[in-house]
Amino acid sequence: MTAIDIPVEGIPARTATFRTCRFTGLKVDIAAQRLIMVNAVAAVVFLAVGGVMGLLIALTRWPAVHLLPSEWFYLVLTGHGANVLLYWIIFFEVALLYFASAVLLNSRLATPRLAWAGFWLMLAGAVMTNVAVLQGDSSVMFTSYPPMLAAPHFYLGLILFAVGALIGVAVFFGTLVIAREERTYEGSIPLVTFGALTAAIIAVFTLASGAIILIPTFLWSVGLIPGVDPLMYKVIWWGMGHSSQQMNVSAHVAVWYAIAALTIGAKPLSEKVSRSAFLLYILFLQLASAHHILADPGMSATWKIVNTSYMMYLAVLGSLIHGLTVPGAIEAAQRRNGYTKGVFEWLRKAPWGNPAFSGMFMSLVMFGFIGGISGVVLGTEQLNLLMHNTLYVPGHFHGTVVTGTTLAFMAMTYYVLPLVFQRDIIWPRLAKWQPYLFGGGAAGLALFMMGAGTLGVPRRHWDITFADANLQFELPSGAFLMMGLNGVSALLATIGGGLFVVIAVATILWGKRLDKSNAPLAFPLHKRAEAVAQYGGHATVKLPGTVVLVSIFFVSFVLYYFVNWKYLSELWLFR
Amino acid sequence: MAITPPENRLWWNEPIERIEIAWIVVAFLWGLFMFFFMIAWHFIGNQNLSTETYKITPAVFEEKVVEFADKYTVGEEAGVPLVRPPAGEDVYLLARLWEWWPVLELKKGQSYRFHLSSADWQHGFSLQPVNINVSVHPGYEQIVTITPTEAGEFGIACNEYCGIGHHMMTGRIRVVE
Repeated sequence: MTAIDIPVEGIPARTATFRTCRFTGLKVDIAAQRLIMVNAVAAVVFLAVGGVMGLLIALTRWPAVHLLPSEWFYLVLTGHGANVLLYWIIFFEVALLYFASAVLLNSRLATPRLAWAGFWLMLAGAVMTNVAVLQGDSSVMFTSYPPMLAAPHFYLGLILFAVGALIGVAVFFGTLVIAREERTYEGSIPLVTFGALTAAIIAVFTLASGAIILIPTFLWSVGLIPGVDPLMYKVIWWGMGHSSQQMNVSAHVAVWYAIAALTIGAKPLSEKVSRSAFLLYILFLQLASAHHILADPGMSATWKIVNTSYMMYLAVLGSLIHGLTVPGAIEAAQRRNGYTKGVFEWLRKAPWGNPAFSGMFMSLVMFGFIGGISGVVLGTEQLNLLMHNTLYVPGHFHGTVVTGTTLAFMAMTYYVLPLVFQRDIIWPRLAKWQPYLFGGGAAGLALFMMGAGTLGVPRRHWDITFADANLQFELPSGAFLMMGLNGVSALLATIGGGLFVVIAVATILWGKRLDKSNAPLAFPLHKRAEAVAQYGGHATVKLPGTVVLVSIFFVSFVLYYFVNWKYLSELWLFR
Repeated sequence: MAITPPENRLWWNEPIERIEIAWIVVAFLWGLFMFFFMIAWHFIGNQNLSTETYKITPAVFEEKVVEFADKYTVGEEAGVPLVRPPAGEDVYLLARLWEWWPVLELKKGQSYRFHLSSADWQHGFSLQPVNINVSVHPGYEQIVTITPTEAGEFGIACNEYCGIGHHMMTGRIRVVE
């Protein structure tokens, strides 16, 4: 690297080379920087592959288009799940873990060589699973429920990926220890690092669950054991499948805090409250496996109620707290920045032209309103019967993972590119529109799938006209309308997602280099974060805008919850 | 800022904002309400999924379904037996690649003990347009007491992916007055 990569003297790092970031003043370990880059690039590649697959699925489920033949539809659907839900998100999360530990703590990364080994394992696993899927004999869906059997290398790829990701998590823990021992920071770790730590702890549980069930499944696929109990598989597999989404929640909440800090200089209203909310995730989020067993035989109602509610909704409480503290921190910072008129001047004059901010704020709102509310309703023991395995389920998790996690990670990328890759965003005006296109499309996807699900459309289904079935029946015409609107939304989301991939790749390849100390930066990194002073102490903070937003959210939540109980009460009776 | 260590090293001693306390209390109480409402619905509601389950081998379950169908068959629909069990009787429904077997005719307002299981892979019982959805596993026989509250012809889709014929897997329940 060039002029600014001067190793700073007096640091205890033994072998690492550092550069000092000219924008943030942070010391960046070059080894960590390279690892962040490769993981982020791998993430974007798998997002592109999985995204194209997603478009093909939506176009097939659009009744007027019905693009793919059935074999291809089920094949592509299997690949879509693995590529976007696992590979895109977890590669990005490993990059985030390295960023939140080595970079934010001014530390060297623990054992970069081991981190590289983890990366290659993840990559080998991801490629192996994709090969298995594309060979055509592993169209078992991402969930791969036995007794349906995939090719051995389908499972082996997933196992290798999980082991690689676990190594990444271990490197993160190691870096925390090093940073503490070498005193690279004062006091406690930053809130964002704390959020990343939460994600990492959940990741250990998650990836271990995956290994515990996928290893016997792999042994079964090569004929070494006679079978895997389908119910046991489902309970343990979802210890990975759902908990990995909790990892995403922790990671993208950390990203919300990070972007709010980077764009407008927001600081948490109270460190104690925000950290306690993360702690609730660690303690209770893992119980979510039950969300997938509510309509299944074999588990008692007591087990279902305790687990599906994350022990009396204590993990939901964590998210509800972040739902107030993140916009609250933004409002407080904006008011400190001088936007104090009325209830919403802070929001109107927020940096909506900065894709990092707009992406983050949309992620926050849509994760709460679309993904969050639908998740609690879907995860209510009895209400689940109304929509279990209908298209409502993918609707819900596109609300969480696409409008929530993916949009937040895209927003974060607009910081990763200038700060880590040291390249100026290549087309800032295009980038400005990207979060709106993707967020709008993804919100449509989520809502129309949920609508279709309430009208009975099954998930993972090639033909809802049942034209080839022996005993035919018709779904309501509204269901077909919903599927058409879903297709249109998918097109919009694809334009937004494609734009993201193109901007990211072009910036990495051809963006103006920022590694000279006087290289100009066209992209608006932040909005005068330096101007921020202390805003109020206890009892002096006034956040009327946040109170209004949170009240609207709460009323919507309560109404939607009871509407669904009303629907349920009108069903046939069963006990 | 959230990306730097807390300015106050004793951050755990800082007082909490009033608005945060208020929201935590509201959110916590709402969580408790939702938790206890699930329990309450077991007492006040009429839609609770039974957890009565037995382990069974798929072959044995298949025999039981055939025996049940032979006993009460009254006709045929699209090559599938139409079975009319007496009100209040045990009803067997088999999920297999790729059909729900047999076609059932039930009486509105009468309760039936439904025995659900699969002969092969996992399937998803999805009654339409009512929209009741239950997972069906091979090796587990789940018994749910169901009372139809409306007459008409109802379809059963499969909403658990079960291979290449998944979208052709349907069934039918007729409910008569």
